[in-house]
Amino acid sequence: MSPKEYFMRATRSRGAAIALTGVLAVSLSACGGGGDSSASGPVDLKMALWSSNEDHLALLQEIGDAYTAEHGDEVASITFEPVTNPDYIAGLTTQIAGGDVPDLAWIPEASGPEFVDAGILHDVRDTLEGVDGYDLDDILPAALEPWQDDDGGVYAYPFSNSPFALYVNQDLLAAAGQPDVTTLVGTPEYTWATITDVAAATNGATGAAGLNVPTFTTTNWSAVTMLGNAWGAAPWSEDGATCEFASPEMVDYLTWYQDQIARGAIPAVSGNAAPAAFASGDVAFSVAQLSQSGSLDDSFEWSFLPLPAGPDGYHPIVGQAGVSVLERSEHQEQAAGFLAYLTNPANAELLSQFFPPPRASLLNVETLSQAAPKLTPEEIQTAIIDVVPEAQVKPQHPVLSQFTDKVRAGLDPVWAGGDVETAVTGICEQISPTLEG
Amino acid sequence: MSSRRPRPGGNGWLGVAFVAPQVLGVIVLGVVPFIFVIWYSFNEWRPLTGEMEFIGLDNYYRLVADPTFSASIIASLLFSAGVLVLNLVIAISLAVLLNRRMKGITGFRTIFFSPVVVSVVAWSVTWGFLLAPDGGINGALAILGIDGPNWLADPSTALISLVVVQVFKGVGMNMVLFLAALQSVPEEIREAAHLDGAGPWRSFRSITVPMIAPTILLTGILTTIGSLEVFAPVQLLTGGGPGDTTNVLPFFLYRTAFISQQFGYASAIGVVLFAIILALTMLQWTTRRRWVHDEV
Repeated sequence: MSPKEYFMRATRSRGAAIALTGVLAVSLSACGGGGDSSASGPVDLKMALWSSNEDHLALLQEIGDAYTAEHGDEVASITFEPVTNPDYIAGLTTQIAGGDVPDLAWIPEASGPEFVDAGILHDVRDTLEGVDGYDLDDILPAALEPWQDDDGGVYAYPFSNSPFALYVNQDLLAAAGQPDVTTLVGTPEYTWATITDVAAATNGATGAAGLNVPTFTTTNWSAVTMLGNAWGAAPWSEDGATCEFASPEMVDYLTWYQDQIARGAIPAVSGNAAPAAFASGDVAFSVAQLSQSGSLDDSFEWSFLPLPAGPDGYHPIVGQAGVSVLERSEHQEQAAGFLAYLTNPANAELLSQFFPPPRASLLNVETLSQAAPKLTPEEIQTAIIDVVPEAQVKPQHPVLSQFTDKVRAGLDPVWAGGDVETAVTGICEQISPTLEG
Repeated sequence: MSSRRPRPGGNGWLGVAFVAPQVLGVIVLGVVPFIFVIWYSFNEWRPLTGEMEFIGLDNYYRLVADPTFSASIIASLLFSAGVLVLNLVIAISLAVLLNRRMKGITGFRTIFFSPVVVSVVAWSVTWGFLLAPDGGINGALAILGIDGPNWLADPSTALISLVVVQVFKGVGMNMVLFLAALQSVPEEIREAAHLDGAGPWRSFRSITVPMIAPTILLTGILTTIGSLEVFAPVQLLTGGGPGDTTNVLPFFLYRTAFISQQFGYASAIGVVLFAIILALTMLQWTTRRRWVHDEV
């Protein structure tokens, strides 16, 4: 190679390197975000949402505008941005990884303890307690518990505290010649055994699905395992350090569940597909939250009942969503101030027209009728007001995301009729090292 | 060897101007992100907390010891092999069948090509209904007196079900490419073979296949790459199960990044996936001289 050729090649390579470096520099600066770093003056706040419902957004914007009108010297504007990714947390993570960190975020209960434990959420206890009339003690202790740490820090306001209940398609039961199960509520006969007997008979007579959990997919296995609490079964110990999948109670529950699939009371699991929605009218019983009632119309007669009892008695369950200030927000103080305003008793009542409130003072028929106008006062009383104060939040774990797929893989044979004891023993072998930390 | 660098004022610069947007796009959206992915794979990165710590090759050591990763590699390779073989066999067969002049042939070609332009989500959801325990396929089998399996929940049928879903989604594209290749095979050569006493099968094996071998190479490479990148049908139909039988690498990567929030570990999976795709593509490319007509 001649000196000239060498020079030509070297300069070409160097030119390419410089160009690549330039592109990298541009990309890095783009990845670095560039949030508002100004230290003074009113700030712009942004809240990430799971919901893109126009009515939800309008209400939040109304509250946000009222706050900026009152606190214009601190907050110039508040925007509410739905994260449109089908998997909300995946979308939020991608957004944050790209440097776009919202100040507040809607956090689903599945991520609550994990986010609290990982330091992702900002402690807002002092801010909430410092607001006159906020009345933190009004929030049900069981509702707030997943959002607290051992030191008493509060990391979210659980704005939606929605009980799981049993929806009943009365028309299907009547068509199948089955009795009206609503009359059994409050009696010793109101059990899972009774309900699944009716479900199996309805399935046999009409071909409709008997009992399902619409949110259940194999990757969302907790939608079914949570019901094991009526058998005294829990997936792990209270401190989260011991796997309890192989406990006799969980084995009993999962064996019962398999038996119900085998006799047609519960539809067979097909891959990762979600079961039919109750609103289709082709499901006799469905375990779902209060918000499901909004999608139902008068095309068939339905009822909303508390969950039945199991061998270990009656154990109500609630699902939640919280609103938090993110630790990575550049405006934690202002965001916490808005959170306190958004969730004060007056605005909590406004929010309760869409979301069942966690405040004891709002647990009354009048307030809850706004969130569930299609329910009768009796249904609200027996399936919400009477049960929510005692209800436990769906079982969660601070490192659930690290082992959820191992549980999913371990439970797959159970849904397909495999040996339960072998499956659950395998799950505990797989996840125990993670649980023990 | 003369330099091919474009001369100022010549047509070369015009060519550079035409390809520049594409090259820039590949660099910004392909090369640069991949360099970042390699860098992330040497880190433990949790974006929600903003923590990033350099850990060298630890993510790769962890991959080697991770049984889910091993299962994922097996699932990916089995899936890819199934898709590759089935897709090419069906595509060539369809192309041969449809490579004739007859009334309505365009309609048949359109029917077989139409899944290519259907949304993969709609396609997967529809197949989900068909493959359900009480779905269309088992309904048809029941008419024949056969008790069909739970296709997507049975470890022995889940992966092959996914293969079928993927093959019928994409086989139309390969069929069109093979049709074009078949139509470029000179009729005189076939006629000469026929006059020499070659039957249809011998003519196909000794004349047609060697002549369309470059297209087989192209479709083989593209199908391999596409099959190793499969995601949507897995997400929608099996969720990686039952067990880890359909937990292919892209799905494992997604769950690791966005469910487990382990971006560094997921990046290492991405780098390995890239290496596997590159290796298989290179294998096909470097062996082409042995079986592809006119390759030097």
